[in-house]
Amino acid sequence: MRIGVPRESLPGETRVAATPSTVTQLVGLGYAVFVETRAGILASFDDAAYQTAGADVVDGEVWNADVVLKVNAPTDEEIERLRAGQVVVSLMAPALNPDLVEKLAARGVTALAMDAVPRISRAQSLDVLSSMANIGGYRAVVEAAHEFGSFFTGQVTAAGKVPPAKVLVVGAGVAGLAAIGTANSLGAIVRAFDARPEVGEQVESMGAEFLRVDVEDEGPSADGYARETSADFDRKAAELYAEQAADVDIIITTALIPGRPAPRLIDEAMVASMKPGSVVVDMAASNGGNVAGTVAGEKVVTDNGVTILGYTDLPGRLPTQASQLFASNLVNLLKLLTPGKDGEVVLDMDDVVQRGMTVVKDGEVLWPPPPVQVSAAPAPAEASRPPVEPPPPKEPMSPQRRLALMGLGAGVFLLVAAFSPQPFLGHFLVFMLSVVVGFYVIGNVHHALHTPLMSVTNAISGIIVVGAILQVGHDSVWISVVAFIGILVASINVFGGFRVTARMLEMFKREEAVR
Amino acid sequence: MTPPITLVQGAYIVAGLAFILALAGLSRHESARAGNRFGIIGMAIALVATIWAATAGVSVAEVGPVEVGIRGSGWVGLGLIAAAMAIGAVIGLDRARKVEMTGMPELIAMLHSFVGLAAVLVGWNSSYEDAAYPAIHDTEVAVGIFIGAVTFTGSIVAFLKLSGRIKSAPLILPRHNLLNLGIIVAFVLMTAVYVGLSHDATFWRHLLLGAITALALFLGWHLVAAIGGGDMPVVVSMLNSYSGWAAAAAGFLLDNDLLIITGALVGSSGAYLSYIMCKAMNRSFISVIAGGFGVEAGTGADDTDYGEHREITAEGAAELLAGAHSVVITPGYGMAVAQAQYPVASLTSLLRERGVNVRFGIHPVAGRLPGHMNVLLAEAKVPYDIVLEMDEVNDDFEDTDVVLVIGANDTVNPSAAEDPTSPIAGMPVLRVWEAHDVIVFKRSMATGYAGVQNPLFFRENTQMLFGDAKERVEDILKAL
Repeated sequence: MRIGVPRESLPGETRVAATPSTVTQLVGLGYAVFVETRAGILASFDDAAYQTAGADVVDGEVWNADVVLKVNAPTDEEIERLRAGQVVVSLMAPALNPDLVEKLAARGVTALAMDAVPRISRAQSLDVLSSMANIGGYRAVVEAAHEFGSFFTGQVTAAGKVPPAKVLVVGAGVAGLAAIGTANSLGAIVRAFDARPEVGEQVESMGAEFLRVDVEDEGPSADGYARETSADFDRKAAELYAEQAADVDIIITTALIPGRPAPRLIDEAMVASMKPGSVVVDMAASNGGNVAGTVAGEKVVTDNGVTILGYTDLPGRLPTQASQLFASNLVNLLKLLTPGKDGEVVLDMDDVVQRGMTVVKDGEVLWPPPPVQVSAAPAPAEASRPPVEPPPPKEPMSPQRRLALMGLGAGVFLLVAAFSPQPFLGHFLVFMLSVVVGFYVIGNVHHALHTPLMSVTNAISGIIVVGAILQVGHDSVWISVVAFIGILVASINVFGGFRVTARMLEMFKREEAVR
Repeated sequence: MTPPITLVQGAYIVAGLAFILALAGLSRHESARAGNRFGIIGMAIALVATIWAATAGVSVAEVGPVEVGIRGSGWVGLGLIAAAMAIGAVIGLDRARKVEMTGMPELIAMLHSFVGLAAVLVGWNSSYEDAAYPAIHDTEVAVGIFIGAVTFTGSIVAFLKLSGRIKSAPLILPRHNLLNLGIIVAFVLMTAVYVGLSHDATFWRHLLLGAITALALFLGWHLVAAIGGGDMPVVVSMLNSYSGWAAAAAGFLLDNDLLIITGALVGSSGAYLSYIMCKAMNRSFISVIAGGFGVEAGTGADDTDYGEHREITAEGAAELLAGAHSVVITPGYGMAVAQAQYPVASLTSLLRERGVNVRFGIHPVAGRLPGHMNVLLAEAKVPYDIVLEMDEVNDDFEDTDVVLVIGANDTVNPSAAEDPTSPIAGMPVLRVWEAHDVIVFKRSMATGYAGVQNPLFFRENTQMLFGDAKERVEDILKAL
């Protein structure tokens, strides 16, 4: 099949959907690749480089290809040039652009939205939102540094002491983390805040201080994005922003929930409280902005001298890098779509990744896709697990039901207890307490010690020898014989168990001891 | 001299505390040896006090309702006890000294069966005693014998399977779940009848108790026979727990708090350990206790074409290792079978001397016993701080140059993570395939215990090194 890579028509777009190195990979998958003239010129890839890599550089014919790879969604004129049966892959924002989806469906094409990749581990290699956000986060700091009138790093010089800049990053997604890393490496003091307390560790790993608000844990979100938050949380977060705004020099906001207006986090009063010369970079400007006064695509200077950057093309400001990552994501997609490596696209609608991206299939609208669960359980550790559907989805017991069951159990026990002799209950108390102790005492046993632990408990359970000892040598010979055997076998257990445990433990040595 | 009963009871309290300290100590490397010593001390105290009381009798103003142990069994008793314990000690110590570390699972399973047998014997003996509360006493006898017998035959089947004397494939009788349930219902009914019987009806009492014992023996055999060899770690730990409950039941029977404390400790800690392992294998805890949970494993051969696997020579593997900066070794049961832990340890120290970062990634259920791999590696003197758990090492595979998979199969199977229809889907596995190169040591292309084909072997970054793991590792050592 043929792959076409047109020149981007959107004004200001600098990226391109294929680079010479990805062209080589596409050819390796069995495709014939056609690149429009000057398609990569803004990203510093000239036509000759594409030719060397194995592409044909052509004019308008790219639109005749079987698969069209683009960065931005096709414009109306471009949709006119599509024909039924073609596959078009680009960013589409299908949730925000129902018209576009309709038009694509009307042309009878198959449309894959790169910004609709499910956020699961397996699909990370196709996730352009992540790769673009990474670049955007980096660039946001560079833009801020460009506008900011001082150093980021603190210095003591002969001409006096320079305090380090303080940077607040709001939202610790991919963009936020990239911004934290960049600002940190420039030497600034970085603080970060996110509505998901579980990302604190990631923030700290990037070298920033994680700010927390004191509310009940709401648990991780099911789809991998931050959720909209509760009123109580929002009030406390607003207090935190107000406090930080007055203190920091740079604020970078990245709070963007796909398909929804961006939440307003920093209001006019907070901006007004900032020091003159401070810089705000609002990475959510395209969806309305997190900051009061943001204008999408523009630089705004407020009355008190605060610069608010609402650039929406931050990844595009690093065109070479952005094109390379975007194009690599596309190659990974085509690897997935070309299982035979024979240059034939095969769409598998049973694969959640491919199903999730497919907005239109042969003229049929398939948006929105069925929901995909990213993390299987509330445990944060599970989040990185690939989302295979767990075979029997077990319903956790509701608290009421559990309480009812416990109540029932207690009731039955009380009934039994009421008819039991007193000494029995005394023993039962001892029994119950021992059960609890046994449970807790090995609660955090080291994995390596499972076997010795088991063999020592085994030796200890040889205590049953006590029972047999008490029975030996009494009235009937028969009882004595049985008890004798009991003592014998239990003794094997006691002596063997302790000895073998000791032997095993002998072998566990720490490194220094070995050397 | 006759000891006062309070002295004996005091000794039991001290022994119970010592046992708690023993379990607590065994949770950490630093305190593990002290923990074992506490266990021995506790046992010694308990034995001395019991033997003294049993032979010399106890002086009491008031012993409670049961007449056990008031009159001593005298020198005859002492002689019998000493003889039985001496024989037992010789056998036990001899076994413990001779056992190969790879044979540890079998030994532990066999030891469990002794506890079960002893519990059955104690239960039968107790059935002849007169008790103040006959109804309670009879129930305790029945329950004690039942648990003991299940432990006994269950452990024997586990022992036979682990030592390869019987086939380890799961044996599924028709309607096995119904059968298990039926046995338990029958047990409850028979116990009720047994409790209701007059104590003069000796014949019927014997018959009923015999039937209960036989039923329980069958249940123990059936529960474990239905479980495949790959799931044995959980079974051994579960039997450990059962042996504890058996001891606790005997404690109720004999009005002996020490037995109750110890049995409950062992029972609950064993159950918790099994629970940890079930979670590691993504199995339901309830279905493990019920037995036969290995049923779903072992689907037949499938016809999927996984492509071609590639082979590598020992020299080629040595070259890869020589050029690596970071190596992770993931051992499995195959390493135990081939006794390859010593050459693996030599390989590790050789690579470490050359500045290679070598670590071990241990899956929670690798081997046939929880922590089996750790024991083997410790035997070969691999320092335990480079032996890491699955969760500690799983995220590092991406940055690892070479992974050596030595005799592991299901624990490194990517289909558990990627193929929702796989019988082992959802089981956490070591993600070795993320590493740059994977070398799999294997005897043949046969499947692992779960009977599932492993797509890892056909991955592009995987190379197979066929043959006995020990010889192959030694070949690599030579080539290095």
